[in-house]
Amino acid sequence: MTGHSERIVVVGNGMAGARVAAELHARGEDLKVTVLGAEPHPAYNRIMLSTLLAGKIGEPDVELAEVAGRGVDLRTGLAVTAIDRAARLVRTADGDRIPYDHLVLATGSRAVVPALTGLDPGHLPERVIPFRTLDDCRRIVTLASTARRALVLGGGLLGLEAARGLALRGLDVGVVHRIPYLMDRQLDPAAGAVLAGTLTGLGVTTHLAVEPTAVRVDTTGVRLDLSDGRSLDADLLVLACGVRPDTALATAAGLAVQRGVLVDDRLRTSDRRISAIGDCAQHDGTLTGLVAPAWAQAQVVAQLVTGQDPQARYRPRPVVTRLKAAGIDLAAMGDPAGGPGEELTFTDPTRGTYARLRIHDGRLAAAILLGDNPSVGTVIQLFDRGQPVPTDRRALLLGRAVGGAVAAPAASPALMPDAATVCQCNTVSKGDLVRCWRDGARTIDAVVAGTRAGTGCGGCRDAVAGIVDWLSRTDPVEVGR
Amino acid sequence: MTDGARPATRPGPTPREVATHCPYCALQCGMVLREEDGTVGVLPRQFPTNRGGLCQKGWTSAELLSHPERLTSPMLRDPASGQLHPASWDAALDRIAAGLRDVQERHGRDAVAVFGGGGLTNEKAYALGRFARVALRTRHIDYNGRFCMSSAAAAGTRAFGVDRGLPFPLSDLGRADTLLLVGANPAETMPPLVRWLAEQRERGGKLIVIDPRVTATTRQADLHLQPLPGTDLAVANALLHIAVTEGYVDDAYVAARTTGFTAVRRTVAGWWPARAEALSGVPVADLEEAARALGTAERAIILTARGAEQHAKGVDTVTGFVNLALALGLPGRIGSGYGCLTGQGNGQGGREHGQKADQLPGYRKIDDMAARAHVAQVWGVPADELPGPGVPAYQLLDSLGTEQGPRALLVFGSNPVVSAPRAARVEGRLRDLDLLVVADFLLSETAALADVVLPTAQWAEEDGTMTNLEGRVLRRRALRPPPAGVRTDLEILAALSARLRGTPTRRTVPGDGTAPAAVEPSGEVEAADPRVVFAELRRASAGGIADYNGISWERIDTADGVFWPCPDDEGPDSPRLFAERFATVDGLARFHPVEHRPAAEEVCADYPLHFTTGRVLAQYQSGTQTRRVAALRRAAPEAFVELHPDLAERLGVTDGEPVRVLSRRGEFQAPARLSPGIRPDTVFAPFHWGGRARANSVTNDAVDPVSGMPEFKICAVRVERA
Repeated sequence: MTGHSERIVVVGNGMAGARVAAELHARGEDLKVTVLGAEPHPAYNRIMLSTLLAGKIGEPDVELAEVAGRGVDLRTGLAVTAIDRAARLVRTADGDRIPYDHLVLATGSRAVVPALTGLDPGHLPERVIPFRTLDDCRRIVTLASTARRALVLGGGLLGLEAARGLALRGLDVGVVHRIPYLMDRQLDPAAGAVLAGTLTGLGVTTHLAVEPTAVRVDTTGVRLDLSDGRSLDADLLVLACGVRPDTALATAAGLAVQRGVLVDDRLRTSDRRISAIGDCAQHDGTLTGLVAPAWAQAQVVAQLVTGQDPQARYRPRPVVTRLKAAGIDLAAMGDPAGGPGEELTFTDPTRGTYARLRIHDGRLAAAILLGDNPSVGTVIQLFDRGQPVPTDRRALLLGRAVGGAVAAPAASPALMPDAATVCQCNTVSKGDLVRCWRDGARTIDAVVAGTRAGTGCGGCRDAVAGIVDWLSRTDPVEVGR
Repeated sequence: MTDGARPATRPGPTPREVATHCPYCALQCGMVLREEDGTVGVLPRQFPTNRGGLCQKGWTSAELLSHPERLTSPMLRDPASGQLHPASWDAALDRIAAGLRDVQERHGRDAVAVFGGGGLTNEKAYALGRFARVALRTRHIDYNGRFCMSSAAAAGTRAFGVDRGLPFPLSDLGRADTLLLVGANPAETMPPLVRWLAEQRERGGKLIVIDPRVTATTRQADLHLQPLPGTDLAVANALLHIAVTEGYVDDAYVAARTTGFTAVRRTVAGWWPARAEALSGVPVADLEEAARALGTAERAIILTARGAEQHAKGVDTVTGFVNLALALGLPGRIGSGYGCLTGQGNGQGGREHGQKADQLPGYRKIDDMAARAHVAQVWGVPADELPGPGVPAYQLLDSLGTEQGPRALLVFGSNPVVSAPRAARVEGRLRDLDLLVVADFLLSETAALADVVLPTAQWAEEDGTMTNLEGRVLRRRALRPPPAGVRTDLEILAALSARLRGTPTRRTVPGDGTAPAAVEPSGEVEAADPRVVFAELRRASAGGIADYNGISWERIDTADGVFWPCPDDEGPDSPRLFAERFATVDGLARFHPVEHRPAAEEVCADYPLHFTTGRVLAQYQSGTQTRRVAALRRAAPEAFVELHPDLAERLGVTDGEPVRVLSRRGEFQAPARLSPGIRPDTVFAPFHWGGRARANSVTNDAVDPVSGMPEFKICAVRVERA
């Protein structure tokens, strides 16, 4: 993978594949990049699907920047059927054979369909839909348009986004989650409870600590049987039970695969001419499943393949989970309970605010922020960059930002020191105003004319008036007429 | 009271007074100068920009007229001693003419360069461009406006087809329901403008300010977004992302009046708010609130200033905010729009009349054949003799005295030794020149390096026009003639032109020491008359983007200035642009997709802090003038390094203690000023000082690929106790 490759083939036109194409395009004019996308659509932002589901935007709004036609050959709706490593080519569903000098696998992941009675992963009933692709989203929207009740199976990030989107469409939404609290991978039980309360306010009911046991579908609806003996009825059931890396091509080609396609710090698979990035890749034992690492990987691959930076290596950054939507503001990073250090907490159940931070070695090791936490941007940056936390820890819990200074309270004229600047624009102190008064200026206009206070931005006119008023009441000098 | 209401304010016997404008920033506050018993006083006057307000700089501006350090004689550097010594004008001009001839004979015409300034009048900016192209026939002319407004200028031009800082009168600010200031601190840089902000808020409007520091301006804001320096573009894209997802985009406007939105919409689809939050530190909730305030307002205005513009991605950053304004349907709607807060006094006019490397008068492009033909005809020279485009300011400065670069430089109205990025390097380049000529009225740090220093008139001693931040052309009026021994810039250019034509002339200047001349070519006197120069400027600009053809001094006098474009004497001027069409070929505004990219220099283990520069209220630009005014020196006596108390504690630094700030390019030293209003990962210093306290010793000379703007606003430094 050293030196300049000429023909680069990218398998997958999702967020990782489209990104690596854009990164390659931005670096090499003379590269020949072919992107093969199985989905028929142009590249789109999967993160925005919940907003699309909510009906707030249209399909064009989720499209990502297009590099096709600028040295990049983009073929959508075309699945790759096999990789011939010996011949260094890929075979496509339409029988084409496309040679490569370097191949990038960005095949992503597929929605997990849980093993439930009544669910055949190969033939899902019409009213049972995973929430993964634009096509999934379309089907959910179509069903939701005539539906009243929806169920979401899975109380993780994706499930909650789907639930919120459906609730915004006016549906009664129930979320079924087998763990006793929501988003168990990112939250602690207390935060999960606050979040459940927030969701209730948004029209989402949560059913926690129950296992689904069976799905029954007929022409009028879907029924989900639960381990506690209850059955929930709805017009549709959305599956948000996680994803599994799509490694079929890699496995068939004989690449080293565990849960994902194994890659090193250069994102190289067991074949040096093949890289893997995004959801399908497994780096250092970890599957990412998020956009930020996928895009970081895309950049490294582009730097290496174009020879722009042969030293480029993928270094995973700490993961921040963010759920921000109308009524929900959640940020989670690290494991708050999972290590040493000092702990800061703040809870305001009435307003749905919860904050828990763990600080170790003067750095932020973990945090959960839920609700109105003005410091959220600062906390994320401190965590992401490993910067020292503020000396005054309250800034992390309550501050607008670490740098957010509170303006000095307006002191009464009597308490204000003589040296205090009243007019910034003309550097006029309280003492200057008092001297002007004592020199005979007896009106606001006279003091202004004598000191120029208030003649710039005019913002201190009230303060000047207050001082003149105070002087007229308290100064022993006889007021002239 | 307006300009027109004071026709009697003309120079005359004392006591005399004149209605003019402040010499400093682009607000060009109206003021009256009054001379009595040799002392000149300043009074504010009602004018549509300042409405009777003046800041301390304006109040004290007359102090420099009779300042003891004022230059009143040309000075020549004595080769033996290396010192500057007073000399006659003839000796100085002869030395310059001989030096220029010698350099051009040995190294070609382009071996001479001219460096102008955004404080020069329109007449001077025009004359300087003409002097470079016609008298010197060099392609090398550029100016310090490259360090000020060039990024907004380029972004405005590519979006709207025209670059006028504010395409609407300043008073529109007072009526905006939502006003977004990006990287602007007018409470310190142009205080009387804040009167409009106060009015805006009194009417119930919302003020949002984006600035990495808490400033006098952010304290007045309803919402302060405090991003990491260098991430404004991500913030802009995220705001537009939210506008798309929340339905704030004005689809009808986008369809009818713009082109290119699809590519922008796809780009900002990649800037979901949480992504921008992680990069910038601005909470998603604040981004959403800002987008909502802009997107749901009836009248909304977005303004950028140096904080957004002085980056190696300045043009794209401004474009990000222009895209936002266009998507919301703001430009061209009464009371709404996008604008740039121009900084220098004539920053607007100074970029329209040909002192920019790629420009001819009227905002024409020098590589446009029709433009060359028109201007050459006005100048009475063959079009093919006009030089082609030169290079932007920093590239020019960085090439001085090198193998390929110019060997001689003429500087008018600028002090690059303090104001240029990576200033120590620029200082070295200036020292490598065969001939450095500086025209100034004080011995600036740059003048102190010159081989020849020419003393020039001050603003109260000359007539001319300035174009303020609104694109409003104003009259600068002389209160009294310059002191003995001093000439105006126009007189200097005329005299040099005559000498370079091979007709050295003598003329009478009081105290000049030369005998009254019998022969004084009328051409030279005319060329030095600003009224004559302006008449020629009008013709040269006619038909151009910045068309001044219909603007006369008399017309300005009868109104509160005249807004360009104004092609006809009888026709209207243009207070508001874009009501029906944009200045593009098809009349449509252009969207341009822009992507965030990292700063040219990112922090690392050796240089772990972000460094950013800016201004303080009581100083102006390189400080040559304001550092010599006693009251301003008292108000802002020295440079400082603003640090967060947490950072100071880690560094073991206390308030007021001197610290050294070091970058890969150099270092400077100033006392620490502790402030909880700055991010702990960022330090700030004002750039008004030279010498050891010169902030620009550390700034990055990486430049924007489109505008040539250097990256003043972010580089990597470390801070140590001095």
